[in-house]
Amino acid sequence: MSAVTGSASAQATLQGAMEGDRLRLTAAGAWTADYARTLEPQIDAQSQPPRRKTVTRVEIETSRIGQLDTFGAWLIERLMRAWQARGVTVEVTGLPENYRGLVAEMNQVKLETDDDVGRPRPLRDAFAAIGRAVYEISHYATGFLQMLGAVLVAMGRVIVRPQTFRLTSMVHHLENVGWRAVPIVLLITFLVGCIVAQQGIFQFRKFGAAVFVIDMVGVLVLRELGVLIVCIMVAGRSGSAYTAELGSMKMREEIDALRTMGFDPIEVLILPRILALIIAVPILTFLGSMAALYGGGLVAWLYGGIAPEVFLSRLKESISLDHFKVGMIKAPFMALVIGIVACVQGMETKGSAESLGQQTTASVVESIFLVIVLDGFFAIFFASIGM
Amino acid sequence: MAQGEREETAIRPAHPETVIRVRDLVVGFGRKLIINHLDLDVYRGQILGFVGASGAGKSVTMRTVIGLLPKRSGTIEVFGVNLDTATPEQRQAVERRWGVLFQNGALFSSLTVRQNIQFPMREYLRISERLLDELAAAKLEMVGLRPDVGDKYPSELSGGMTKRVALARALALDPEIVFLDEPTSGLDPIGAGDFDELIATLQRTLGLTVFMVTHDLDSLHTVCDRIAVIGDGKILVDGPMETMLASDHPWVKEYFSGKRSRAHAARRRSA
Ligand SMILES: Nc1ncnc2c1ncn2[C@@H]1O[C@H](COP(=O)(O)OP(=O)(O)O)[C@@H](O)[C@H]1O
Ligand SMILES: [Mg+2]
Repeated sequence: MSAVTGSASAQATLQGAMEGDRLRLTAAGAWTADYARTLEPQIDAQSQPPRRKTVTRVEIETSRIGQLDTFGAWLIERLMRAWQARGVTVEVTGLPENYRGLVAEMNQVKLETDDDVGRPRPLRDAFAAIGRAVYEISHYATGFLQMLGAVLVAMGRVIVRPQTFRLTSMVHHLENVGWRAVPIVLLITFLVGCIVAQQGIFQFRKFGAAVFVIDMVGVLVLRELGVLIVCIMVAGRSGSAYTAELGSMKMREEIDALRTMGFDPIEVLILPRILALIIAVPILTFLGSMAALYGGGLVAWLYGGIAPEVFLSRLKESISLDHFKVGMIKAPFMALVIGIVACVQGMETKGSAESLGQQTTASVVESIFLVIVLDGFFAIFFASIGM
Repeated sequence: MAQGEREETAIRPAHPETVIRVRDLVVGFGRKLIINHLDLDVYRGQILGFVGASGAGKSVTMRTVIGLLPKRSGTIEVFGVNLDTATPEQRQAVERRWGVLFQNGALFSSLTVRQNIQFPMREYLRISERLLDELAAAKLEMVGLRPDVGDKYPSELSGGMTKRVALARALALDPEIVFLDEPTSGLDPIGAGDFDELIATLQRTLGLTVFMVTHDLDSLHTVCDRIAVIGDGKILVDGPMETMLASDHPWVKEYFSGKRSRAHAARRRSA
């Protein structure tokens, strides 16, 4: 640094004085980031002529600047530009040698012409948002169908050439989405079974028909509750994990890398995941239904005073194998929907961390929604074929 | 001083102010020691080139100095502040005076380039929106990017642009030290040359101290005032280019005087 180093005061100032039609601005102190906040208003104040005076020349005296960084250099530049825009000649004097490069550098800075971008326009933005939402729905619908098609094709290929199937990968995912989900699924379905039985007994007692709770629990759990609760759990637990895994692989170009090595990401990443779900969800549904029935039976016994033998024999009479089959038939289809949605959302992830979060949320919300919609269609279907 | 054993040259400023002083640093993962009793000084206003084989521990050293990795033993002083005994306020004051360019940019992916550059400014300086925008444009200009890059997201940038934006963010608060981890890797030779020039210019205009991990022989020749070579967890050789060329450590010899580097020197002469 030059000889002025010693004079660096703790303040940054800009003072103006008129000399005829010449404005002499004296800059002093530390023109650095820390003082940018106090300097900016001073700069703006000195960017216009004093009242009832005309200025034809401006001199910025900088020899008393003790320290200068990009913040200060830019403010000098801003001051110069403001005067130049008024057609006034500006001259910077006394700039220490070592800061010349920096100030010259600032001279090159081009500020954007911000006429259209950035300014908010509520009405336009609202319409744009609606349009984008509509577009996105159709986009996701086609994405879903494309993924479904691609997975089915990949499945076909694997059936023809079983040696290409990634068994290890599938077993790995099966452990994560199936085996490790067993405790929480058992616990939740057990609790739901208990609650349904308790509510049923409580309400049916009014009609003196508490024993019908067994019919209700049996039918409800086997046909609907077991599979729905398991699917919601799986969508939240494993669907989100799939989306996050695939999304972060997408972000780091791992999927592109796979493609360039001649691997099909559908075959390597997606098919094993979806097949793992298709295997795991029916098993979990079965286990969950049993846990719910167990919970229902326990509550019926302890709270409703219905002995286990009565519960079992009544259950045997009231439910047919059809009820059980309805639940179990639905499970793999639900699994397919959850898996496809999770994978589509994962592959849709853009480069940012925020996008990954959005896709994961969308994956869970969408798959739960679709599972319930699909359940409705199944209800109509089974009713019409009399199951 | 422990540096006594190392090769040193007389070419050294009369009173170099040490801004980073590393003594007896040991860093390891599990049972493996990566850095084994390393001593290193970085002087104010110097551009230090930090070289070594891939996996020698250059990034680990840098990350330990800036406090991202724990060390087993040793002391690290930055601006004379021992980072182990510093209060959180002292530490933050030190952190505000350095800027870091990570090997892969480490830009915040959900912020635009402009927001990335403004991020530290917003945090530390309470300045107007207008000044923030102007300074983001100024920083982009300094690293040789057009102002409209400011609206892009990091995922939309090329490798070279990412490095430049990351440098702009590292320089956001006009730090006194910048740590650069392989700033020119992944850039084309012209881009890398520009980048070197940029660093040299910034060093001159801002009086920066630069700690640069690099493999780029061009950078080492043109911008580095001093070179430190790391190997076996220690500094093998430390000094200007002449010291490197005179060294008889096999790796250093191969690196600076090997075939690749001779071809390189020939190219530089003919250019
Ligand atoms: N977080 C970590 N855990 C375990 N080992 C690591 C970690 N980071 C780096 N290493 C190891 O430390 C060594 C040095 O790494 P690094 O400093 O990144 O090398 P380079 O000199 O190429 O930058 C390497 O052997 C690497 O495997
Ligand atoms: Mg490295």
